[in-house]
Amino acid sequence: MRKGWSKRRAALERAKERAIELLIAVCGVSAVVFVFAIIYFVFREAAPLLFGGLDFGQFFGSEEWYPDSNSNKRYGALALIAGTVSVTTLAMVIAVPFGLGTAIYVSEFSTGRVKETLKIVIELLAAIPSVVWGFIGLVALNPLIIDAFGAPVGLNVLNGAFLLGLMSVPIMVSIGEDALKAVPDTYREAAEAMGATKWQVTWRVLLPAARNGLLAAVLLGVGRAIGETMAVLMATGHAVHIPTSPLDSVRTMTATIAAELGETARGSDHYRILFVLGTVLFLITFLVNLTADLAIRGIKKR
Amino acid sequence: MGVFQSSPEAQRRHFMQSVAKSVFACMTALLVLPVIAIVGLLFVRGGSALSFEFLFSAPLQGMTAGGIWPAIVGTVWLVGVSLAVAAPIGVLAAVYLNEYAGDSWLTRIIHLAIVNLAGVPSIVHALFGVGAFVLFFSLGTSILSASLTLAIMTLPVIIASTKEALSAVPMSFREACWNVGATRWQTIRHVVLPNSVAGILTGVILQVSRAAGETAPILFTGAAFFLPHLPQSVNDQCMALSMHLFTLSTQVPNVPPQITYGTALVLLLVVLSVNTTSIIIRSRVRRRRRW
Repeated sequence: MRKGWSKRRAALERAKERAIELLIAVCGVSAVVFVFAIIYFVFREAAPLLFGGLDFGQFFGSEEWYPDSNSNKRYGALALIAGTVSVTTLAMVIAVPFGLGTAIYVSEFSTGRVKETLKIVIELLAAIPSVVWGFIGLVALNPLIIDAFGAPVGLNVLNGAFLLGLMSVPIMVSIGEDALKAVPDTYREAAEAMGATKWQVTWRVLLPAARNGLLAAVLLGVGRAIGETMAVLMATGHAVHIPTSPLDSVRTMTATIAAELGETARGSDHYRILFVLGTVLFLITFLVNLTADLAIRGIKKR
Repeated sequence: MGVFQSSPEAQRRHFMQSVAKSVFACMTALLVLPVIAIVGLLFVRGGSALSFEFLFSAPLQGMTAGGIWPAIVGTVWLVGVSLAVAAPIGVLAAVYLNEYAGDSWLTRIIHLAIVNLAGVPSIVHALFGVGAFVLFFSLGTSILSASLTLAIMTLPVIIASTKEALSAVPMSFREACWNVGATRWQTIRHVVLPNSVAGILTGVILQVSRAAGETAPILFTGAAFFLPHLPQSVNDQCMALSMHLFTLSTQVPNVPPQITYGTALVLLLVVLSVNTTSIIIRSRVRRRRRW
C-alpha cells in the first residue's frame, strides 16, 4: 500500500513538472505571440480603410494632410514621411560619429575605472524618459536655437534631431562596443607586434573587422530615432509640410499619431488612417531591426 | 640621427595617435555633458518646487497650483501592475530560452521576436494597446489596459537580463544536480534560479524604470489628463508622472515654471535612482560571484 502511495505521488510530481514545463514553454514563445498580436490588432483597425478606398498614390505622393476637412478629406502622408526622414537623417548626422567615436573610445582607449564610469553614464543617458527629452527641447533648446540661428521658432527639425541624436547614441555605443569587443585580441596583438599605434590598429584592423556589428549599431540607432514619439512631438513644432531647411518646423509620423488619435472618433477614416501610419511604422522598424539582427548574427557565426 | 631618436614617420604616427585619442575623448565628453547639464538644469529650476506639500497634494486651480500626488500614485499603479504581468512571463521566457531551447529555428524566431518587441515604436505599442486591450478585450481606457501595454513593451528588458543571469550560472552546477537524480525543473528551481536571483532583480528593476518613464503607450490606453480622485481599482483611469509632465508643458497655459520643472525633476529622479539601484546591484553581483 505504501508503495502504491509513493507511486501515485511520483506520478503527481511528474504531472506537476510537465505542467510547469508547459507553462515555461508557453512563456518562451510568448514574445512571438505578442509580435503577431501587435501586427494583427494594428492591422485590424487599419484594414477597412487600407482595402476600402485608401488612395495609395495620394498617401505616399501628396503632402495634403487634411483628415478633418468636411468637404474634401485628404490623407497625403508625404509631408509626415518627409518629417520623419528629415529629423532622423539629421539626428544620424549627429549621432553616428558621436556614437561610434564613443564606442571606440570606451572599447579601445579607456580602461578600468574611466571605462566603467563612462558605461554607467551612457546607461543613464539611455534611461532618461523621452518626455523629459521633449521637455528639454521645449524649454532649453528652443530659446537656444532662436538665439543662435535667429530662427523665428526653435521648435524645428534641428531641435528634434539634436534630441533624437542624444537618445539614439546609447544603443549605438553599447552595440558598437560589443562589436569591437568581439574582434579577437589576436588581431590587435598581431597588428601591435608589427609596430602599429593604437589608432592604426583601430582604423586599419578593428573597424574593418567589426564592420557588420557597427552597421547593426547604426541601424538600431536609426530604428530608435524613427520610432521615437514624445520628444519629437514636443520639440519639432507641429507643421505638416516638407521641410526645406533644418530650421523648418515639421511633424513626424509618430507625432501625428500621438497628436491626433485622441481627437478622432473610433472607426472613422481619420482614426483608421492613423493605424495605417502605425502599420507603415511597424514595417519600417521591423525591416531595420531584422537587418541589424542579421548583421549581428553574421559576426557571431564568424 | 641617434639610434633612439624616433624617425619622422614614427613621430607622425605618434601625433596621429594622440589626435585620434583626444578627438574620441572629446566626443565622449560631449555625450556626458548633456546628462550633467539636464540634471543640473532641472535641479536649479525645479529644486525649489520640491517640498513635502508638492509631492503629497493634488493639482489645484486647473493644474496651475498644488502638487503631483495623484500622478505619483498613478505611476505606482501602472508600474506595479505591469511588473506583476511582465516579471513572471519574462523570467519564465528566459528560463525557456536558456534552459530548454537548443539552437533551433524556433529559438531564432523567438530571439527575432524579442528584438522586434524592443524595437517597435512606442506609439505603435500604443495603437496595439488601443486595438487589443481597450477595444477588442473591452477593458476600456483603464490602468489594466495601460499596464498590459507597458508590460508587453518592457518584456524584452526582463528577458534579456534574466537570460544573462541564467547563462552566468556554470554548467557544472546543473550537471552536479542532474547527477544526483534531480529533474530539469528541480535543478532550475533549486539551483539555477537561486544562483541568479540578483541578476534577475536588475532586469526587473530596469523594467520599472522603463515603465515609469514611458508616455506614448499610456496616452490613449489608461492615463488621464486630470482626475479629481485617486484610482480605486485597475479598472479606473489614472494620472501618471510622465503624462502629467507632457500635459503641463504642452496642454495647459500659464503653469508656473517651477511646477513643470519640479514634475520633470521628480520623474527624472525616480528613473535615474531606480536605474542606479540596478547598476549597483549588478556590479555587486559581478564582484561577489565566486565561480
